[in-house]
Amino acid sequence: MYKIVGKIKLAEGIDRFEIEAPLIAKKAKAGQFVVIRVNEYGERIPLTIADYDSSQGIISLVTMSIGKTTYMLSKLKRGDSIRDVVGPLGKQSEIERFGKVICVGGGVGIAPVMPIAKSLKNTRNYIISIIGAKNKASLILADEMKEISDEFYICSDDGSIGFHGFVSEKLNELLEDSEKSSDSDLRKDINRVIAIGPAPMMSAVCSVTKPYSIKTIVSLNSIMVDGTGMCGACRVEVGGETKFVCVNGPEFDGHKVNFNLLMLRQKMYLNEEKKALDLYEEKCGCKMLEQKNGKTC
Amino acid sequence: MVSEKSNKRTKKVKIRRTSMPEQNPEERIKNFKEVALGYTEEDAVKESTRCLQCKNPRCIEGCPVDIDIKSFIDLISKKEFDKALDKIREKNSLPAICGRVCPQEDQCEKKCILAVKDKPVAIGRLERFVADRKLSKNSITGNESSGCSENNNSKSKELDCKSSNKKIAIIGSGPAGLTCAGELAKKGYKVTIFEALHKTGGVLVYGIPEFRLPKKILEKEVKFVESLGVEIKLNMVIGKVLTIDDMLNNGYSSVFIGTGAGLPYFMNIPGENLNGVYSANEYLTRSNLMKAYLFPEYDTPIARVRDIAVVGGGNVAMDSARTAKRLGAKNVYLIYRRSEVEMPARNEEIEHAKQEGIEFILLTNPVEIVGSEGWVKKIKCVKMKLGEPDESGRRRPMPINGSEHDIDIEAVVMAIGQGPNPLLTSTASGLKLTRRGYIEADTQTGKTSKKGVFAGGDIVTGAATVILAMGAGKSAAEAIDKYVKTGIW
Repeated sequence: MYKIVGKIKLAEGIDRFEIEAPLIAKKAKAGQFVVIRVNEYGERIPLTIADYDSSQGIISLVTMSIGKTTYMLSKLKRGDSIRDVVGPLGKQSEIERFGKVICVGGGVGIAPVMPIAKSLKNTRNYIISIIGAKNKASLILADEMKEISDEFYICSDDGSIGFHGFVSEKLNELLEDSEKSSDSDLRKDINRVIAIGPAPMMSAVCSVTKPYSIKTIVSLNSIMVDGTGMCGACRVEVGGETKFVCVNGPEFDGHKVNFNLLMLRQKMYLNEEKKALDLYEEKCGCKMLEQKNGKTC
Repeated sequence: MVSEKSNKRTKKVKIRRTSMPEQNPEERIKNFKEVALGYTEEDAVKESTRCLQCKNPRCIEGCPVDIDIKSFIDLISKKEFDKALDKIREKNSLPAICGRVCPQEDQCEKKCILAVKDKPVAIGRLERFVADRKLSKNSITGNESSGCSENNNSKSKELDCKSSNKKIAIIGSGPAGLTCAGELAKKGYKVTIFEALHKTGGVLVYGIPEFRLPKKILEKEVKFVESLGVEIKLNMVIGKVLTIDDMLNNGYSSVFIGTGAGLPYFMNIPGENLNGVYSANEYLTRSNLMKAYLFPEYDTPIARVRDIAVVGGGNVAMDSARTAKRLGAKNVYLIYRRSEVEMPARNEEIEHAKQEGIEFILLTNPVEIVGSEGWVKKIKCVKMKLGEPDESGRRRPMPINGSEHDIDIEAVVMAIGQGPNPLLTSTASGLKLTRRGYIEADTQTGKTSKKGVFAGGDIVTGAATVILAMGAGKSAAEAIDKYVKTGIW
């Protein structure tokens, strides 16, 4: 059992949990993830480690309520426990002094971008952050990201905050501007882009950076079971080869990722996921969507 | 199978091998309960009297862990069932498991002298009987629990404890790890097993289905190992959360690696990443470990389809095919590139699969999986013929030109074997691997190239059997004891 020692609501439907896991906290590095199981009947799901504090023995996870498991998580309070937490899994992010790096985070993907941006900042990189969400209310970690960024942009799909549009559009604007600029100071020699968020967002970011040949790293969120390379549920296609996200990733060169396949595979259990959530809602006697809109369960 | 001819010749043998009561096929394909129901006391005693009590029992030679088979069968015939179990447990901490999943027909029973003219004594079924009898009474006694804190009646053991009150780390809680841990605990060591998954048992819990090895039985056998003083830490992925060097630097005198194979092979044919294509590891893990067969009571889903293909001819393929049937598939096609004779699966498993209506498509090999909208729709295969024997001694299958054909399916399970998982081995400094990525270890002792580190089971031999892994765990325990006591590497 892994105790929840802190819980903060970051936005509607998005929570940050601080979990007691001293051994994992000691070894965790930016970019790695854990696999959790909420209870005895639960599924094993991967969650990126959003932060870790080895002195306190605590790791942070940020979850968005979208399916049964994440809804069950959202109901847990400080003092409750999560049945299983395994990690740190996957390879750590490549942290070097690249120069100028653009960190792009979309939705709940802002959480896993943060430790990478932090590590890159500590390695004396120039950090340009572009974060985005559906709207102002669902934007998370804006202050924290701003603090570690040299340049900082917010986007929202509905224009309720910052740039009106997708993060990929803002990124495109930045790259176009820097390309056009004759002023060498203004020219942003972008050495690397890190993009984490929903698969369509990462795919769009890669389409933007490709013509500029800027190395773009994405962190893939495929379906997993064991998380140790044993089952192959998480397989993706990178550069025409099959890779396991859990052990070969989760980060890959975005220009080589077959995003269509990733998105198809993410939908493999759509019907079952819906059924599980429906039954859960029935049991709870409420609709999660209603809860989202302010009614409590 | 006994031919009519040999039946005539064996008329002298008074008692025929006692058959195993089983759930009938029509019934059992609708549930996940155990197929073989186990001997009654009457069955067991009757079967035990078939044993000739040979002066030089050859059955024991056939047992990888040297169980005194002759004696335990004799004890059964005298209805001394507890003593019979103690006799087995002198050599084997997991009898209820071995009685079920060991390939006895290739080991002890193969050597049984009765097998020359008749069917051998049903050693495995007898082993299972005495183990189950005790487990069903739920009386795991403390008298065998060691640990130095317990009162040990033998003085020599006390001394042993003092000299060996040392910590040993075991990586992996499968058959090799559990056995090694049990043996070392009996010798008085403080043993800790580190398991990556959330349940103990390795392949016994994620791989072998409920209908062959009920998880309740496994849990009880694990409890017995724990009663010997073994501590089990779950959710510990060694190589990630701790390394072997961390262990050696933090008070562990020795480390045993029994992590199993655990890297699924795919065929590398087009379409293998379509939705509905599983590795056998994933398919079985979802069903067994995660209990997807009980979805939605349990949250983990698994594809339930009408038509499904399983590729392969080993026990894992049989387990997958039989699982698919129980998950409601109407047509389960078992596609194998050689003929039935070459199948590596146990005869019992093949028979059970056939009884359950698994359709064997032999001498056939998939070349492509075809899908639409991301989902499997059919599997394209070629017919094969057998050529000259290959390095495995089996005739090599070769494709027949122009024999391509399609089979309509909605899911595929690839059960074509597995390789060594590099997650641990890639992080262990100074650990020599074979060209194929397995750990180089002495076959007798399990000694690796890294001082203090031993290994056994599938991570050394490649995918093999439960009992071989147990044998390796056991001999490694002896070698670890010797190393820790003498310090000589």
